[in-house]
Amino acid sequence: MSDFVSGFWNLWVAGITLVSIIGCAVFLKAVSIKRTSGQVDTTGHVWDGDLAEWNNPLPAWWSWLFYITVVFSLVYLVLYPGLGSFKGIWGWSSVGQWEGEMKHAAETYDPIFNKFLQQDLKTVAADPEAKQMGQRLFVTYCSQCHGSDAGGARGFPSLSDKDWLYGGDPETIKASILNGRTGIMPPHGPVLGDAGVKEVANYVFSLSGHKHDASLAAAGKPKFDQTCAACHMPEGTGMHALGAPNLTDKVWLYGSSEAAVIETIAKGRNGVMPAWKDFLSEAKIHLLAAYVYGLSEGK
Amino acid sequence: MEAQATYNYKVVRQFSIMTVVWGIVGMLVGVIIAAQLVWPDLTFGIPYLSYGRLRPLHTNAVIFAFGGSALFATSYYVVQRTCHTRLFGDGLAAFTFWGWQVVILLAAITLPLGFTSAKEYAELEWPIDILITLVWVTYAVVFFGTIMKRKTPHIYVANWFFGAFILTVALLHVVNSAALPVNLFKSYSAYAGVQDAMVQWWYGHNAVGFFLTAGFLGMMYYFVPKQAGRPVYSYRLSVVHFWALIFTYMWAGPHHLHYTALPDWTQSIGMLFSLILLAPSWGGMINGIMTLSGAWHKLRTDPILKFLVTSLSFYGMSTFEGPMMAIKSVNALSHYTDWTVGHVHSGALGWVAMVSIGCIYYLIPRLFGREQMYSIKLITAHFWIATIGVVLYIAAMWIAGVAEGLMWRAVNPDGTLTYSFAEAVKMTYPFLTIRLLGGLMFLSGMLIMAYNVFKTVVGAKAVNDAAIPAVAGAHA
Repeated sequence: MSDFVSGFWNLWVAGITLVSIIGCAVFLKAVSIKRTSGQVDTTGHVWDGDLAEWNNPLPAWWSWLFYITVVFSLVYLVLYPGLGSFKGIWGWSSVGQWEGEMKHAAETYDPIFNKFLQQDLKTVAADPEAKQMGQRLFVTYCSQCHGSDAGGARGFPSLSDKDWLYGGDPETIKASILNGRTGIMPPHGPVLGDAGVKEVANYVFSLSGHKHDASLAAAGKPKFDQTCAACHMPEGTGMHALGAPNLTDKVWLYGSSEAAVIETIAKGRNGVMPAWKDFLSEAKIHLLAAYVYGLSEGK
Repeated sequence: MEAQATYNYKVVRQFSIMTVVWGIVGMLVGVIIAAQLVWPDLTFGIPYLSYGRLRPLHTNAVIFAFGGSALFATSYYVVQRTCHTRLFGDGLAAFTFWGWQVVILLAAITLPLGFTSAKEYAELEWPIDILITLVWVTYAVVFFGTIMKRKTPHIYVANWFFGAFILTVALLHVVNSAALPVNLFKSYSAYAGVQDAMVQWWYGHNAVGFFLTAGFLGMMYYFVPKQAGRPVYSYRLSVVHFWALIFTYMWAGPHHLHYTALPDWTQSIGMLFSLILLAPSWGGMINGIMTLSGAWHKLRTDPILKFLVTSLSFYGMSTFEGPMMAIKSVNALSHYTDWTVGHVHSGALGWVAMVSIGCIYYLIPRLFGREQMYSIKLITAHFWIATIGVVLYIAAMWIAGVAEGLMWRAVNPDGTLTYSFAEAVKMTYPFLTIRLLGGLMFLSGMLIMAYNVFKTVVGAKAVNDAAIPAVAGAHA
């Protein structure tokens, strides 16, 4: 879309710009005087006792500096966009420059990535070159949430262990990156009540042998079976299809304090992994998936 | 008019003292946020002291509280002395002092509490904006009222710059702060999208051009020839660079928005006028420095003159650096890096603060009936500590900024980034520490100044009887 709603504004802007730039030079020329030989006088005005001004001419080098910037500007406006909708005879635009750089990047770099797309993920994961490239992509795109060492942070899963919310086979990891994930733990505070939430929390702790109150845990078991087992499974081992975490291990995404687990049960959680398929090429995601898979392989 | 046989020094005195006070406060906040960048947990996670809230407090305090008080003090002093008449409206002048102090106090309360319009250098919410407008219009009435009743046939060059600064800041403030209030503490800008960004940087760059440049050039044009005891180098140059400066600054704002959604033609115009601005800016520096012809020997013994001349050197340097950074391809490297922070501080510390400090050292003895400052040696010490502090500051930021720009754009043979963002942050660590040291030195200089001013002022009798010359505009 044009920046101007009518041809008039285009001419208006271009005209004012040109007049202003040329006006600077005309003004400078108009007020310049030649250096006269002999003594320079003051203007004859005096303020505050002793403030006066010499009538020196403009320094020549300074005037030339001024003229040069004006001439440079006029030449620039012929070559580059600047006068209303006139594109400049070189046809440069910032969008054009960006497109050119992206095209160059695609031609130069895509073949390097695409050769790995033909290989299956486990093969790519074992390739030392692919691993280096994957790591560089990881620190650029993933480290902000998952950490430079992929160790995760509160609310952001560690990718360097064997615990997977949605499954740890290479294809599932690739799907997680391509399409993103939305992990919803619904709030159960209104249903269970404060006492019920505390009981269930203690039961959940008992599943992994975490420190807990046995009587509260016993009271929590039937509530767990009724409310939580559908997603987390009766034994609490979790379900990859829903991204429901395994509650029998020592991994706590939001912290292992009683307060943190109570908050999770009462208020729920909403974990979002963004989809990258519209931002990164499939070949890059392929490398990333292989890299992430390789992080926990062999551990 | 017999009753007006003296100058109004009271308001000048008030603003002069507050210049020192707000300078220390503003620079202290600056040192704290510089330290936070070195030690991120310095303020224990207290929200009111978080970087995001203290940073606008720092900028507002140094620009509008410190710089603003210096501008009020010097412009009120200069306009009276060069118009050979008492300031127009004693009550109005007093209102500008107390009104401005209230604005500063409100800023110091609301910004840490998180009330902000989110416009850089214009963060204060709409009720404070209205108070600023009232104070500023009163300032204009006092200043131009004094010009109107002047006893001199011609208006001295310093007053052109002060006048342009006062008029333009009024325009900038009113247009950029136009907003739709939601409640007492929240408003939304009257503009949307890229137009909001353009209005913001039209304001933002002219805040630099008029608040931090034109006003301080006004100071320079009075205090440099006074302290050097020499006439201004060239009347003609002052005419040319004045009109060229105020005309071209108005166009330069788009260089803050290179490679954004702003149309290419607007970006180009911003860049070109920033380049054209080089000569008009240097005109002021030349006129100031050349005024010393025949008086260079005074520089050896006079630390006030050292402050003034060094400030002009930093002015010349940063007004060369600015146009260079406005060139699109240079900006592609420098934008969003610490280089910008260094550039701003070579102007803010090297030019604005140093010229203000020199002028306040000139004013204090004259306002309090002393021969000179309590200690000339302490002024010299202040000068060297401040100068070394500025150099450390800007050199550290140059290195860090250029390195950031280069690291961000470096790519491997496969097109992936050579450095993650965190690696570039880590690289800046030693330079952020050197910057903190530079800032600490500059602040220490201000503390020395405060002591020196205190010792000069304590026990002194305020001068309220400085007589206005009977025969105005006497020709030499």
